[in-house]
Amino acid sequence: MSVKVIIPTPLRVYAGKADSTEVSAKTVGEALGQLTNKFGDLRKHLFTEDGKLRSFVNVYVNDEDIRYLSKENTPTKDGDTISIVPSIAGGFV
Amino acid sequence: MFATKQMASSTGTPHYSSARAGESILARIGNTPLLRLASIGREFEHVEICGKAEWFNPGGSVKDRPALGMVDAGLKSGALIPGKTIIDATSGNTGIAYAMIGAALGYPVTLCLPNSASEERKRILTAYGATLEITPGDEATDGAIRRVREMVAADPAKYFYPDQYSNPANWQSHYYGTANEIWEQTAGRVTHFVTGLGTSGTFMGVTRRLKELNPGIRCISLQPDAPFHGLEGWKHMATALVPAIYDETLADENIEVGTEAAYRMVKVAAREEGLLLSPSAAAALLGCLHVAKLIPADEHALIVTVFADSAAKYLSERFWDEE
Repeated sequence: MSVKVIIPTPLRVYAGKADSTEVSAKTVGEALGQLTNKFGDLRKHLFTEDGKLRSFVNVYVNDEDIRYLSKENTPTKDGDTISIVPSIAGGFV
Repeated sequence: MFATKQMASSTGTPHYSSARAGESILARIGNTPLLRLASIGREFEHVEICGKAEWFNPGGSVKDRPALGMVDAGLKSGALIPGKTIIDATSGNTGIAYAMIGAALGYPVTLCLPNSASEERKRILTAYGATLEITPGDEATDGAIRRVREMVAADPAKYFYPDQYSNPANWQSHYYGTANEIWEQTAGRVTHFVTGLGTSGTFMGVTRRLKELNPGIRCISLQPDAPFHGLEGWKHMATALVPAIYDETLADENIEVGTEAAYRMVKVAAREEGLLLSPSAAAALLGCLHVAKLIPADEHALIVTVFADSAAKYLSERFWDEE
């Protein structure tokens, strides 16, 4: 399952400046795991020390918030796009 | 213009306690209460901590001040004339302020925002009659800003684009308003001013004015401790695009605050003070406590901060349900 993960602007510095990466994953949790294995510096920005997604990190699969799907267990299929968005409205300029 | 009158009066003594019937909602922008903390920080007996309760602004946040200031400056300069539409890229408090002010003054407002903006935000904005231009969620705010620039470039005569990051009327609204209110409400006793940096308008405007009134006042800016954070309106200057109005040499000190610590303080302040603060307001309070800790016991201090908004628009955040 090839899934595209969009890396938000403020985190690109920890991902070799990449704006996105392709991973092979059956769930959102797997995809984020692969993302942080690939770019280790991203881990502390997305997860707490005990491995939970930080409270202000929102994850979307094709514009659907995973909170309202099956959270990290949300299944992914070929061609899906995962976005990582901080829960602030004004955003980063 | 009504807005001008309000700006001028905010440099004098607030007199809204005897408000006349028939005033505009815009007359309620500014002159917010300066609340004193009773419980949090009481271990520092020599220090008083006070916060401007900016949710008393009619749009619910501190952003009413710069939004009104920029609209007013546009009206004065002729950049905003009847027939034009106010446009910007924000789903945050500035967008809400534009939507309210546009509605009150009879100017249409268009806001570009990413699809990922919360449903609550979209509803507030549409309730005020703003037109929403939804951009792809995966492009976040970058996509929304690109859209605004495209729309303005395609039809410059149609739009008034205030651009809060580079508009001096942003910080001037705090120079003439917020700073003088703090000076009057503390009877000139303020010793420290602490606030978060976003557009940096609050910090720039208040600091410039307070330093004129008393150069001994220490002004401390706050930032998130990482580029990716949950403190709405705040910027991690080292990694963000730096706003044109920001002058980093103005701060006596800069302190970093973590998002999770701010979330914890939101809960503490609600329960111990009866103050339902937003995460960024709670982060400002953490900054005050950090400053208080370093003040020698034989020195009396009055620390003032700005509580940018209340928790009302953040009630669906996940942190309420987490430890």
